[in-house]
Amino acid sequence: MEHMNANQVQNKMSTRIRKNSIAKGLFFLSTIFGLIILVILLVRVFSQGIGWLDWNFLTGRLSTDPEKAGIMGAFLGTAWMMLVIIPVTFILGVGTAIYIELYAKKGRVQSIIQTNIANLAGVPSIVYGLLGLTIFVRLMDLGNIVLAGGLTLSLLIMPILIVSAQEALRAVPQELSEASYGMGATKWQTIKKIILPAALPGILTGSILALSRAIGETAPLTVLGIPALLIPFPEGLFDSFTALPMQIYYWTLDAVLTEEYAYLAAAAIIVLLGLMLLLNSIAIIIRNKFQQRL
Amino acid sequence: MSPEKGINIDPQTKASSSSNNKKVVYHTKDFNLWYGDNHALKDINLSFNEKEVTAIIGPSGCGKSTYIKSLNRMVELVPSVRTSGVISYSDKNILDKTFKVEDLRTRVGMVFQKPNPFPKSVFENVAYGPKIHGIRNKKVLNEIVERSLRGAYLWDEVKDRLNENAYGLSGGQQQRLCIARCMAIEPEVILMDEPTSALDPKSTLHIEELVQELKKEYSIIIVTHNMQQAARISDKTAFFLNGEVVEFDKTDTVFTNPADSRTEDYISGRFG
Ligand SMILES: Nc1ncnc2c1ncn2[C@@H]1O[C@H](COP(=O)(O)OP(=O)(O)OP(=O)(O)O)[C@@H](O)[C@H]1O
Ligand SMILES: [Mg+2]
Repeated sequence: MEHMNANQVQNKMSTRIRKNSIAKGLFFLSTIFGLIILVILLVRVFSQGIGWLDWNFLTGRLSTDPEKAGIMGAFLGTAWMMLVIIPVTFILGVGTAIYIELYAKKGRVQSIIQTNIANLAGVPSIVYGLLGLTIFVRLMDLGNIVLAGGLTLSLLIMPILIVSAQEALRAVPQELSEASYGMGATKWQTIKKIILPAALPGILTGSILALSRAIGETAPLTVLGIPALLIPFPEGLFDSFTALPMQIYYWTLDAVLTEEYAYLAAAAIIVLLGLMLLLNSIAIIIRNKFQQRL
Repeated sequence: MSPEKGINIDPQTKASSSSNNKKVVYHTKDFNLWYGDNHALKDINLSFNEKEVTAIIGPSGCGKSTYIKSLNRMVELVPSVRTSGVISYSDKNILDKTFKVEDLRTRVGMVFQKPNPFPKSVFENVAYGPKIHGIRNKKVLNEIVERSLRGAYLWDEVKDRLNENAYGLSGGQQQRLCIARCMAIEPEVILMDEPTSALDPKSTLHIEELVQELKKEYSIIIVTHNMQQAARISDKTAFFLNGEVVEFDKTDTVFTNPADSRTEDYISGRFG
């Protein structure tokens, strides 16, 4: 007891407890701050937009008359793009993850690739827009069609997907692949029958979250020169199109002249948020199902 | 020939000559293994006979797992591994670059320390091996699954839940399922790395009885920390210490009249 003076311990005690409360309070405040901002945002968007969110708005074409304008065109554009983004990112992203995690020799080359993928995940989205403009719109001469937009957004989310797929593959217990190899299975059989099925829920969750990031992106589409004022609906991958975030962006700009556009933008934001909520819920459902199975 | 090598070869020759006419399945000659700079196995010389149980004992970290995993080249999954010497199986050097490791692992099954069933149904677990080797016929698969599960004394306990997930079985049942899964590929040798260390005494007894049965058909090499277990179930025992084989002989001899004082110390619990 020589080193633990009872008086000193008591004195310190109250200071320590006070510091603890202060720390707790600070962290609580920062959480509240974020929540308040979110609530303000949602309240504002909903109070402005909900009144405009009717059947006509959801299914209608774009119109110069705000009363008649609808977002079906932009919605279809986003949907068509998803049709490009999903297979392209999934196949290339998961393929890359499998190669790096399961085939590539651990060493310098592998770690250089790994670092670069991590860096790519942090590159601003507008840079991907420029890349897409150079490669798909100009070099491949596709023009600003669905395919070009979809490929650009695929590039944007590819690093995120690769990293999350790698994590899912790494989480598969080594014992399972050992059991498979131990019975004379080849590497490919082991990947196909044991590793991929076990990692699939994780990969899907990651893919859906990456996808929901892609469909909210505006900057790269602006750089590609995707128009907002487009009356005809896109009917395939080679059609011109506009997308939900683009529509929101241009309506917000137009709101300076005509106030109603602000309400249209708010209504479109609700639709976009709804879509993202839907995707995220699917991701959560898949994850929960998987956790139950283990 | 260096004197150390002479010492190492001696117990092996003694052991194989005493069991006169049995066929040798595995022959290890001057085998060395390194993990990077760590010289984990040194000049190993051992041979194993057909339809016998060989126990490998020794203190933690002496290289038992490393050695048993060398026998089916599983140890290669660690990238830093280097080897020298010869391990021959049915008179072919399995360390040869041209040797097909898939073929080896079809003939030499392995049961691991921790039960590791696949997150699939009981049926699919046992059918996995035959399926990867191209058997598709449902009737044949059914037969193999039943025969293997009976062989592992698990059939009666799981016959009504073949389609349930294997993770729902108890630890002991899971380990017997892994043995059944291994038997389904009809191997000639079964390698077991401490197969009972994660199990309770009753499940352990089950597995030990099973090993006695299996030895009628298979050659078994089993790593164990449990001295009584080695004495109970094995015909031969190899004692490893610091990556070397100190003693290899009939189990009776090793336990009652060991040639090396270090073996005696270990067995009587004086170290390890
Ligand atoms: N994957 C690995 N990478 C590097 N070194 C390893 C690896 N596995 C084992 N070793 C080393 O090799 C030596 C032998 O290990 P091994 O696992 O074969 O011992 P063991 O006899 O099976 O021990 P235990 O009874 O604890 O299972 C140890 O020094 C260990 O540190
Ligand atoms: Mg071990």
